[in-house]
Amino acid sequence: MGKFVKSEGHEVPELNTSSLPDLVFAFLFFIMMVTSMREVTLMVQFRAPQATELQKLEKKSLVTFIYVGKPNQEYQAKMGTEARLQLNDKFAEVSEIQDYIAQEKSSMKEEDQPFMTVSIKADSETKMGLITDVKQALREAYALKISYSARKAAE
Amino acid sequence: MGKRKTPGINGSSSADIAFMLLIFFLITTSMDTDQGLARRLPPPVPKDQKKQDVDINKRNLLVVLINSQNQILCGDQFVDIKQLKDKVKEFIDNPYNDADKPEKVEEDVPFFGKVMTAKKHVISLQNDRGTEYQAYIKVQNELAKAYNELRDDVSRKKFGMPFAELDEEQQKAVQQIYPQKISEAEPKNYGGKK
Repeated sequence: MGKFVKSEGHEVPELNTSSLPDLVFAFLFFIMMVTSMREVTLMVQFRAPQATELQKLEKKSLVTFIYVGKPNQEYQAKMGTEARLQLNDKFAEVSEIQDYIAQEKSSMKEEDQPFMTVSIKADSETKMGLITDVKQALREAYALKISYSARKAAE
Repeated sequence: MGKRKTPGINGSSSADIAFMLLIFFLITTSMDTDQGLARRLPPPVPKDQKKQDVDINKRNLLVVLINSQNQILCGDQFVDIKQLKDKVKEFIDNPYNDADKPEKVEEDVPFFGKVMTAKKHVISLQNDRGTEYQAYIKVQNELAKAYNELRDDVSRKKFGMPFAELDEEQQKAVQQIYPQKISEAEPKNYGGKK
């Protein structure tokens, strides 16, 4: 007859954790690759308008952002409550767009420059007057590919 | 003089360090890709050039106007945002060859052979300085939807799948039949002063 060995003193073998750091590092590198840190702190209130026919913006490095909206609470004392532009980390006037675009363009590789896209991130309550000014300035600066940033709306 | 053995470094905490880094990147990351309505602006008009009126036949032109109260005028009548898409589709497609809708041009399109294309039509989108951005985007969205649906119809009929799934050559052919011609006009003031 078979004998059942009573596993007395049989301990569960300890899990070898020596490869755990490697696993975590591999995961870490993955996240670092796909991540894109928000380079600018938003100084304007921004709620994207809603739309359904959206296209994805490809190649982050080719995209320049222009934010438009009311200044945040803490800047309202200084800047008022009218909608303003934000380029990089500061408020700007429409006239500064050309310089900004030129500067962004020159920091790109030459073969990429024709594919530069400007994403207009404007608050949904902004008046079109300001947007039109921005558009005209972009035309002058030869940044003709634009994208009106929007959120996906429920159909 | 024997070789002294260097003590091994205790590596048990490297997992913790890696985790900390991992968590840092996880919270600073924003994986959401930006989405938006892609458009192309017309190149700037040279300053010394006299304003030239491009001659567009009246039947080829559809004016969509948004005033400062966010009301939409399409052609010569007020429309609701929900009706706009069908109006625009009808205008672009001109299924019955009406005399007051855009003329069609026969063209040689790859995959299709000789077909009538809606090459001549222009949709002129005009807005007031006081128009709300959301209203403007909504109209842009409806226009894009009109084009997308027309293209989808054609590609389903011809290739049996939606436009988005076609390869590049096929998409180009469909785009040639329904080219997107939205002109965003220079700003004017409509509907009261602002």
